[in-house]
Amino acid sequence: MKELMKGNEAIAEAAVRGGCRAFFGYPITPQNEIPEYMSWRLFEVGGTYVQAESEVAAINMVYGAAGAGARAMTSSSSPGISLKQEGISYICGARLPCVIVNMVRGGPGLGGIQPAQSDYFQATKGGGHGDYHLLVYGPSSVQECVDIMYNAFDVSDKYRVPVMILGDGMLGQIMEPVELPEFKDLSKLPRKPWATYGDNKGKDRQIVNSLLIEPDVLEAHCHLLEDTYKEIAKNETAFENYLCDDAEVVITAYGTVARIAKSAVNILREQGKKVGLLRPITLYPFPNDEFARVAKQDCVKTFVCTELSLGQMIEDVKLATGMIKPVKFFGRTGGNVMSPEDIVEYVNKEVY
Amino acid sequence: MAIVYKKSNMLTDVPFHYCPGCTHGIAHKLVAEVLEEIGAEGNVVGVAPVGCAVFAYNYFNCDMQEASHGRAPAVATGIKRVLPDRIVFAYQGDGDLASIGMAEIIHAATRGEKITVIFINNAIYGMTGGQMAPTTLEGQKATTCIYGRNPEVNGHPIKVCELLSTLTGPSYIARGALCDAASVRKAKTMIRTAFQNQIDKKGFSFVELLSACPTNWGMNPEQALSYVKNEMQDLYPLGVFKEVK
Ligand SMILES: Cc1ncc(C[n+]2csc(CCOP(=O)(O)OP(=O)(O)O)c2C)c(N)n1
Ligand code: SF4
Repeated sequence: MKELMKGNEAIAEAAVRGGCRAFFGYPITPQNEIPEYMSWRLFEVGGTYVQAESEVAAINMVYGAAGAGARAMTSSSSPGISLKQEGISYICGARLPCVIVNMVRGGPGLGGIQPAQSDYFQATKGGGHGDYHLLVYGPSSVQECVDIMYNAFDVSDKYRVPVMILGDGMLGQIMEPVELPEFKDLSKLPRKPWATYGDNKGKDRQIVNSLLIEPDVLEAHCHLLEDTYKEIAKNETAFENYLCDDAEVVITAYGTVARIAKSAVNILREQGKKVGLLRPITLYPFPNDEFARVAKQDCVKTFVCTELSLGQMIEDVKLATGMIKPVKFFGRTGGNVMSPEDIVEYVNKEVY
Repeated sequence: MAIVYKKSNMLTDVPFHYCPGCTHGIAHKLVAEVLEEIGAEGNVVGVAPVGCAVFAYNYFNCDMQEASHGRAPAVATGIKRVLPDRIVFAYQGDGDLASIGMAEIIHAATRGEKITVIFINNAIYGMTGGQMAPTTLEGQKATTCIYGRNPEVNGHPIKVCELLSTLTGPSYIARGALCDAASVRKAKTMIRTAFQNQIDKKGFSFVELLSACPTNWGMNPEQALSYVKNEMQDLYPLGVFKEVK
């Protein structure tokens, strides 16, 4: 049975059903419904919740809980995610699985509270210090938020790489009917051999750590991380190709913007124009192969990258396509959102 | 032959990296002995700081996590919340705890997290080479106050036990010193009480240990111990500041 749920609350419930038993957060608009929901919900399922003193503390609580073997998560929005970056870097260094949700708002600085996609660089290129990446998803509907969140802990556990869900204020606030999955049976999950459960009875003690003071050891560790990212790219890369097979114009967009772009594609198709949408679902790893393949199609004349920023994902689009076809850009920023008609107008004016 | 003294099982065989005359080693020994004596072996998760004790995870013979600078109380909170039956402790220096990590220690304390924090106050940043700490004494020299700490410019030292004992969450707040055999014995009693409070689920427990950093104080070990005894204790009086019975 489908339920009508707000994006933020749907993410929270999907996290609980996917096994989240520890949440650490700090209030910031537009993601407050997630910690609010978790603050009562987790205690119903034997979990724990702390309203931390800051985002810095929250991410370090995630470090502790994830290091102790629990399925732990945090959520925030742009300024708060900036504060978490040191902690995220430590989590990646120590190879701890966890989930981080960023309901992006406009920046820089305190910026605004309206939807934006201006944290793409931060999310996909590292964000904190060091050679690392997160597995970053950019869902575009409440149902997709639920589906991704529900499996995020499994994926994160598998690779020992944190998952980031990159949404925006609109996705967090929108209400849509969703199908909620069954609870995962946590008793079936294997023990994490690297976790500090504190019950070692003097044998095989575990150390959760990111300090590797010998350059050779640290270099080897970074290569291990790199190999993991390659494995993730091979297995987890996800995208949606909508009507690109005969397209002359390929619009690229992720998240909320992809919904708007899809409407624009439908309008343009009604006008008899061959336009398609290529939507990355994983932002890191970026679907490079699919973008390269579509770029090589003879019918494709140009790409139009649409974003709620001044152009961040466009760099990956250019890299992936090798710019063998021109890549144009249409974006709004600062919390302003384009309409499907805006995209239609841009395409008609700049391409046709 | 009867064994009259042996190293605690709660310490590994890895040799300490601490400087000669450093009291970090004594603090480690006391914590390890207490954990063993209260029967905590095989039931402990510790958190190491960023500071000279960063390698504490190599020394304590239990599961360990290494936290980022100042965040050990947050990390310990995360651990204790998901493993409430474990004994969880954090071990921190004064730069770590009283400067960059001030928010984390105050909030872990006020939440009454059932963890134990061991706080090494050596009035200096040891690991980074002797810069001023929040606890550096007025007039005490450091590489970032070469003529001695001047409150006009550098502010005043922070008394952490006094600060934390104003809160409701802590169940035990005490300050000991590691400067002679008698004070070391008293410090051990404090550490034992702190861990016992955690076992009894009374709330947050905290022991500050006045410590020597001969290397960055520019003293020999003996001078350093007498600085702890004669200078530090004036500003940082020893005793129990709060105890919930
Ligand atoms: C975010 C961050 N800032 C600064 C440092 C550098 N740093 C490492 S240890 C330290 C001070 C440690 O002093 P203290 O906590 O007093 O411990 P001690 O070495 O004296 O035992 C600093 C500033 C760091 N590692 N991380
Ligand atoms: S620098 Fe100071 S605190 Fe650090 S190990 Fe040496 S004596 Fe101890």
